[in-house]
Amino acid sequence: MPGLLVSTTVNGDAIEFVCPQDETLLDSLRDRVGLTGVKEGCGTGDCGACSITLDGRLVCSCLVLGAEANGREIETVEGLADGDKLHPLQDKFIEYAALQCGICTPGFLIAAKALLDRNPNPTVEEIRYGLAGNLCRCTGYDKIVRAVQAAAKQMRKK
Amino acid sequence: MRFESPKTTREAVALLAKEKGSAYVLAGGTDLLVRMKTGLIEPDLVVDIKRISAMQSIKTTASGTRIGAAVSGAELGENKKLKKAWPGVVEATNLIGSDQIQGRCTMVGNLCNASPAADSVPALMAARAKAVVVGKNKRRTVAVEKIITGPGETSLAKGEIIEAIILPRRSTKSGDAFLRFIPRTEMDIAVVSAGISLTLARGVIKSARVALGAVAATPLLVPAAARAIIGTKLDDVALEKLAAACSAACKPIDDKRGTIEYRTKVVGVLACRAAKIAYQRAGDA
Ligand SMILES: Cc1cc2nc3c(=O)[nH]c(=O)nc-3n(C[C@H](O)[C@H](O)[C@H](O)COP(=O)(O)OP(=O)(O)OC[C@H]3O[C@@H](n4cnc5c(N)ncnc54)[C@H](O)[C@@H]3O)c2cc1C
Ligand code: FES
Ligand code: FES
Repeated sequence: MPGLLVSTTVNGDAIEFVCPQDETLLDSLRDRVGLTGVKEGCGTGDCGACSITLDGRLVCSCLVLGAEANGREIETVEGLADGDKLHPLQDKFIEYAALQCGICTPGFLIAAKALLDRNPNPTVEEIRYGLAGNLCRCTGYDKIVRAVQAAAKQMRKK
Repeated sequence: MRFESPKTTREAVALLAKEKGSAYVLAGGTDLLVRMKTGLIEPDLVVDIKRISAMQSIKTTASGTRIGAAVSGAELGENKKLKKAWPGVVEATNLIGSDQIQGRCTMVGNLCNASPAADSVPALMAARAKAVVVGKNKRRTVAVEKIITGPGETSLAKGEIIEAIILPRRSTKSGDAFLRFIPRTEMDIAVVSAGISLTLARGVIKSARVALGAVAATPLLVPAAARAIIGTKLDDVALEKLAAACSAACKPIDDKRGTIEYRTKVVGVLACRAAKIAYQRAGDA
């Protein structure tokens, strides 16, 4: 079966790639577009390490086919910072030491951004529900929740 | 594997009918891709239905609300009118997975995956929902409870696609609710679940539907449980009869999530709680 030509917008740039028809978007982004910020934890929708937004919706890229992305807009962790200026969520993750090994971090950042876009002032409970699709096996969730709260506060000031 | 992304239901049906190997509809892919990845299935053809406009919208007409098969859980949750009209159906669908899963999963995918524990299904059954099934030569409308025939099994013929779910119009004094029991608060499979829809006339339950999940090989519609509360104001005697009817109807399995005894007992408790919420919602409506 021939590969498919997929035309997408990734972090604002028009990107084309050719992928096998059964390849996941996670693999296409990592292996063809070179965006290795998108991580594979489980490959089955449980851990959220592969989180991206697709046409503005938070999804697990391991459960999307590369082919499905044709004509759609993708945002990954690589698009969060503005040049050298980190996104407030990234700043606060560093300040609150909300990461250790870091494999879960891109997914948490994307999921947290999606949450704050929808709800700029979430309660702790709302943050915990909003991030329930992201697993962290070393930092624990407390620091992550605090970092998200702090980033939310800073973002509301603007 | 070949990937197709047709623009119309008719094209999608034709593609599925023509394929000699194994062919699958792709809605949100949150079941299908997991099954592909874990090697349970090796499709020759996958037909993405998310670019078919008839499957993308939520429309209310005189006869009810039509929800396209490609509408995601997140989109349902953002639809204020639907949430007000059918809170039980929306809350059941919104329980599926995480925000990431919500961005993709559909009610029809949940139905066609045919898990005994599928969260939206008891709520749809209680709501008297119908599925619009489109095949090569005909289109039929089928009650949701007729779709699932066993774990992972449906009554859909080869090449048939569900285009939409139709929720009937109902009197304003109606309410529905869905509850699921899981050991944690998110991201788990139901130990038991219950969906109830009812309509009141001067505070008395005029009609009701009760459906249970994860207590048999398929989600169950339990007419005896509905009869236990029809004609009542949901007093304690009615609730007791409701719980007994639910426990009597279930044929659960023993597994790590719960024993037969536990499921049989808890399903009655959940049904009573769901009935109270539905009753309250109907009264407030
Ligand atoms: C991490 C995770 C958590 C989950 N949590 C839950 C949960 O809490 N509760 C729950 O009930 N489920 C859960 N699921 C299962 C799954 O998300 C749901 O069953 C979901 O509703 C499936 O919808 P989908 O659109 O993604 O289906 P798909 O994967 O696209 O399709 C599922 C099946 O239905 C068929 N199909 C889809 N659409 C049609 C159609 N229109 N016509 C005919 N056939 C069709 C497909 O061919 C496939 O066989 C979870 C899954 C994951 C990965
Ligand atoms: S890799 Fe996609 S959810 Fe774990
Ligand atoms: S920092 Fe290691 S898994 Fe979260």
